[in-house]
Formats: sequence, C-alpha cells, structure tokens
Amino acid sequence: MTTRIVELRQGILKKNDELARGLRGRFTTAGVLVLNLVSSPGTGKTAFLERTLRELRARGSRAAALVGDLETDNDARRLAASGAPVRQINTHGICHLDAEMIDRHLAGWEGVELGALDYLFIENVGNLVCPSSYDLGEKIRVALLSVTEGEDKPLKYPTLFNSADAAVITKMDIAEAVDFNRATALGNIREIRPGIRIFETSAKTGAGMEEWLKYLAEARAEKLA
Amino acid sequence: MHELSIVSSVVDAVTESLAAYPGARVEEVRLRVGALQSVVVESLEFCWGIATEGTPLAGSRLVVKTVPVVMHCAACAADVELEGVQSFRCPQCGQPSNELRQGRELEIESIEIEDGVTN
Repeated sequence: MTTRIVELRQGILKKNDELARGLRGRFTTAGVLVLNLVSSPGTGKTAFLERTLRELRARGSRAAALVGDLETDNDARRLAASGAPVRQINTHGICHLDAEMIDRHLAGWEGVELGALDYLFIENVGNLVCPSSYDLGEKIRVALLSVTEGEDKPLKYPTLFNSADAAVITKMDIAEAVDFNRATALGNIREIRPGIRIFETSAKTGAGMEEWLKYLAEARAEKLA
Repeated sequence: MHELSIVSSVVDAVTESLAAYPGARVEEVRLRVGALQSVVVESLEFCWGIATEGTPLAGSRLVVKTVPVVMHCAACAADVELEGVQSFRCPQCGQPSNELRQGRELEIESIEIEDGVTN
C-alpha cells in the first residue's frame, strides 16, 4: 500500500459559489439589482429596509425582499406592511443565509417575477461573522452599523466590513444621546474598507434616505448596464 | 460559528473526489484558510472528528494553513503582506488599498490518501 498526495485546490464553498454565480447571472438578465444587508442583531436592518421599501414604492420603483431569520416571521410581517412582496426564510438555527436558500425561496414565490422587479433586498440573519463567507449572488453587499454599537465594530469584524460595497450607519437620530463619535466610526470603517460609500441614516426621521435612494438608482443603472 | 458547515462541505467535497480512487483511505486533508476569513482553526479541528465519523474520512488528520493578507500598493507598485486585519494600509508607505491579492482563501489544497489493496 502506498500513500500519495492528491492536489484538489478547490474552494470549500464551491457549491455555494457556483450557485451564487448562477443567481447573479439570472439577476442581471432580469434587470434586478440585488442587495445583501448584513449587520448584528438589533442594528435596525428591518426598520431601515421598511423605510427603503416604502420610499422606493412611493417613487414608483418595484422592490421586493427576502428576509432571513432564525425562527420567526415577525420581520417579514413588518416589511410586508410597506406593500412590497416579502418572503420569509427561516434558517432554523443556521446563522447565515446561503445561495441554496435564496434559490429555493425564489422558486414558487407567488406573484413575484424577477423580471418585473427593479430591486431585491435580502435581509441576512443578524450576524456579523458567518454571512461574510456566503455569496448570495448579490451585486451589492451592505454592512450596517448602529450608533449604539460602538465605533470600533468594523475593527472587531473586519471580514464583513472589508467585503462590503457600502456601509450604512443607522439610528443617527439618537447619535447625540449615546455620545456617538462620528469621526472615529467613519475612520474605522474606512480603515477596514478604504474608499467605501458610507450613508448616515435614520429610519425614524428619514435622514440620509435621499442620498441612499439616489445611490440605489445610480447603482442599478451602472451595475446592470 | 459556521465552522461545522464549513467542515461538512469539506467532507462532502473530499468524499466526491474519492470516487476516482476506489478503496482509498484518507490520511490527511490540507486546507488553506485566508486570515481574512472569520474562521477559527481550533473550531474546525474540534468539529473534524464528529463530521468525519462514519465517512471515508474517519480517522484522518486535518491540517489548516493560514494564508496572510497580501494587498497591492499602487504607490509602491508592489504586493505587500499585512501583519493583521485591522488596517488596510501599505506597511511601507501608509497608503490605503482595496486591491487584495490573497487572504480570503477558503480551500482544500490537497489530500493524502493510502491506496486501496486492490490497486
């Protein structure tokens, strides 16, 4: 009996990556801009998305959302109030969404045709670690951070912030009350991801939403061109 | 946290590739993991025994090689290695850069197998 080395040189998440590549192709063909929203639990992803969906619909854009959650469908119900089509993905304990879950939930999503959408938002499970390894076929990965979380969060979770295309700071309306150090937070985000676009927002007051919506429209035109 | 999912994917991928080597026994599996992947090597090792149980990989060793982050610095016109993942600036000139050359790997490099008796 002999021992030998067999070179494999293959990605561990090859299956996920291949599926994600297929999804990205489908999204581009359908002309829908897909965004993957990632943050800690409690950052306010749902509130931010609620406001985004509402504002987009008011402007005549067609937007839908897939929402990842461990067990409940509370977020999906909140988002559906915006009038946009929303589908819940329950991961049952799995700490991240993967491309297979996206593929499965797009299939048989009643009343939703990718080709009839301008934007599809994927709200990931609240977690700043695991989602960073899983490509969902999105064009834009958005890292969200609230003013209550501590300005050094990007330094604590560099993997996620470094892989993000845009960053959103939420709950700016209470920044002063929680002594949020804006300069430090922005500096830390840029230290991990030089040149990244950063949006300072409040889903409550609507601050920063105009700029964010403008970015979405431009990104859609540019990425799908 | 997702180390068990990663290890399970490794077991599946290696099992698939073993189809080409009937009767072979896996001695060792070598992974390359980028410093920028939030993967805890100890957790991978901890999961290995459980995830390989009852598979052709049972009893094999897991070897994980960490790959440092290397970025391209336009100012220095060179690829430079970073010491950590807390700052994406060139250690030589201080210029920030987004052009990563390595550090995000999550791959199976190779496997060491013992050929089956029939071979």
